[in-house]
Amino acid sequence: ILLLHWILVFNAVDGNNGESLQAKAGLLELQKKIKEAFEVFDHEANDTVDVREIGTIIRSLGCCPSEGELHDLIAEVEEEEPTGYIRLEKFLPMMVKVLSERRYRPIPEDLLLQAFEVLDSAKEGFLTKEELVKYMTEEGEPFTEEEMEEMLSAALDPETNTIQYRDYLAMMVIDEN
Amino acid sequence: MGCSHSVHNETKKSEKAMKAAVLIQNWYRCYKARLELRRRQALNIFENIEYADEQDQMQLAKFFAFMLEHYVKNKSSADNLPKIFNPEPKRKSDEETIISLIEVPDTYYGPRLKFPLTFADVVLLIDAFKENQILHARYVLEVLLEAKKILQQMPNIIHISSTVSKELTICGDIHGKLDDLFLIFYKNGLPSGNNRYVFNGDFVDRGQNSMEVLMVLFSFLLVYPNDVYLNRGNHEDYLMNMRYGFTKEIMQKYKQHGAKILHLLEEVYTWLPIGTLIDKKVLVIHGGIADNTDLTVLEQMKRNRMRSVLMPPLVPAVFDPRHGHFSHELPPPAMLAMEQLTKYEWDQIVNILWSDPRSRKGCYPNTSRGGGCYFGPDVTENILTKFGLKMIIRSHECKPEGFDICHDGKIITVFSASNYYEEGSNRGAYLKLSHDTTPRFFQYQSSQITQAKTLHERVDIVENAAFRILGERMIIRKTNLIQAFRKYDPNDTGKISLSDWAKATEEVLELHLPWMSLCPRLVKTIEDGYVLYNMGFKDLPVVRAPKVAKAGMVETLVRYRSDLKIIFNIIDKDQSGLISMDEFRAMWKLFCSHYNIDIEESHVDQLAHSMDLNKDGSIDFNEFLTAFDVVHRATNKL
Repeated sequence: ILLLHWILVFNAVDGNNGESLQAKAGLLELQKKIKEAFEVFDHEANDTVDVREIGTIIRSLGCCPSEGELHDLIAEVEEEEPTGYIRLEKFLPMMVKVLSERRYRPIPEDLLLQAFEVLDSAKEGFLTKEELVKYMTEEGEPFTEEEMEEMLSAALDPETNTIQYRDYLAMMVIDEN
Repeated sequence: MGCSHSVHNETKKSEKAMKAAVLIQNWYRCYKARLELRRRQALNIFENIEYADEQDQMQLAKFFAFMLEHYVKNKSSADNLPKIFNPEPKRKSDEETIISLIEVPDTYYGPRLKFPLTFADVVLLIDAFKENQILHARYVLEVLLEAKKILQQMPNIIHISSTVSKELTICGDIHGKLDDLFLIFYKNGLPSGNNRYVFNGDFVDRGQNSMEVLMVLFSFLLVYPNDVYLNRGNHEDYLMNMRYGFTKEIMQKYKQHGAKILHLLEEVYTWLPIGTLIDKKVLVIHGGIADNTDLTVLEQMKRNRMRSVLMPPLVPAVFDPRHGHFSHELPPPAMLAMEQLTKYEWDQIVNILWSDPRSRKGCYPNTSRGGGCYFGPDVTENILTKFGLKMIIRSHECKPEGFDICHDGKIITVFSASNYYEEGSNRGAYLKLSHDTTPRFFQYQSSQITQAKTLHERVDIVENAAFRILGERMIIRKTNLIQAFRKYDPNDTGKISLSDWAKATEEVLELHLPWMSLCPRLVKTIEDGYVLYNMGFKDLPVVRAPKVAKAGMVETLVRYRSDLKIIFNIIDKDQSGLISMDEFRAMWKLFCSHYNIDIEESHVDQLAHSMDLNKDGSIDFNEFLTAFDVVHRATNKL
């Protein structure tokens, strides 16, 4: 929520040539937030992170790019000759842009619910375990086995072996807050 | 036409389904990422605090040196030094006599060991430990004594050969986690002539079963002295044990004979070999290396003189022939009576036990830990070349996956204590080496929970534990924190910006953490991006100190309580738990001057009196210090 606040402040004064003191302060705070998230994965404190952690960093800052979109973002910040590491120098301006342009916004709850309903072809209010696994591991941008297991551990109702997706979503929303 | 219409519908349907799937996958991955960030943040907190604690001990080490010089200055001979600074060489017969006088009562239903130990004895021991039984002090002492005898015969660095048929298993830090040790044995088999093991240090401290882990390892050493190898870690150090839990565990489990066990243990540690060399190519040591690491020196020194990282050798005075005395004020007999390593030798061994590899080139002091150094890939390359080595296997650092490879495959870290910081924090691992092939890694994670927890629950557990210890750090500097906040609020508005709060907190706590994202979890009130610092912190632990104590003093005592405990233990020559008021005052004066603390003696006196701890002019320092223990409100964990 704090992050959103600073994005709003930043955008709100953008109209006045974006030069106001508040906008500058907003930008500084934004950069600090991005830097902090980056540093969590910067194990050697030398302003670089393993490229494989970039997805986690971007997503933890509240953006939801798809795997494909993530690929593109990484390509933007990689070195000319990929080293396996991404430098903060390149990451920071890209991320500031992404956040202030409000790209890759998180998916609103109602759309998420609709998505589950689309998969629920029988319109029964739930998905069987097999159905969910099939969709998640075979369609779209497939889950790994680990991702699937993790989702099931919270989503699956062990008594009925189904995913009661309304309840599941409601629980996830509470968890997040 | 009907057909194409339904095909069209099908395509549309599957397109919709694909889009829906992508949406859900995308959302889930974002959710996961946020949890992963929180988990990593929690681990960073743990690591930062762990290393900051280790750094504190440098101060303690200097204080000991200071104390020692103070004592030596005032005494004319070594006889009056507190024993701790100059242990008398123990005579074998004395030790054995003392131990044989300890009787094991008939009411003891734990395992009874017969010496020389056999495999059957060890199996008995393991079964007993699985039933949570405690081994009788008599047997503990006998195991330690026999282990010492065997270890004394070993060189500083043990040379072994790998064989084509049998693999060698190497384990890292165990830190008293008996369930991890048992898990390794379950997956990989018990040690034997056909199943050789190297345990690379840090068997004790932090976990709840350091004694049991040590007993199992030493017992296997006694049964298979040529197939089980134990390297010394930085926690195989009696003063470290006082800070990090093993001493406490011993005193709790062995109320009557704990002191004897501690004395013998101290010595046994010094006889542990420093490392193992496999096929003259693979060096296994606990910490790491430095740019001046010299295997020749390491192999030749008298390793048993390395008593503790907190007791560096004193630099001997220089004899001034013109005036016929030592230019330093220290009288020579007291100094020379102490068996010491040279500073050079001591540094060599500290580097082996404490250093960490880093990607930055060069070799520089390990400021996080306060001991050893950071060494880069160039240092590794040089040392490996210099001594004809292929790689170094070390431990010492907790890794999320239980192991790590760096410096182009030349440095391997293996860490065997899973859930080291908290349940769910990391995996443990061990590796197997066979002749001329690349090492194979095996991971595990011990778990006492019967039901699998969701990702969210697991992250919550780790995070809450991290915030608990962070809270402990904050409470001891609360006064300083408020002062720092006020500095950023010159107009006394009661609020400061988030980034100023972050800056101030980092300055005071001296911990480099993402304070801006941690802030909402630590403070009670944030409005419009400003922290209302007078409203206080969230969920800080409390100290049950008596009301008569002044806030600043309480914080100091809480902050230094583990150091003070060590110091008191040292002064307490007969291990009675009591020291005289005079000794207390003298030590307190030294302590304050050395640590630059501004607390008047009279305040401390007052406090001690009011707590009615004076028993015949003595202070029960354990009770005194318990008052400064930290208690967490939400749970009942200390």
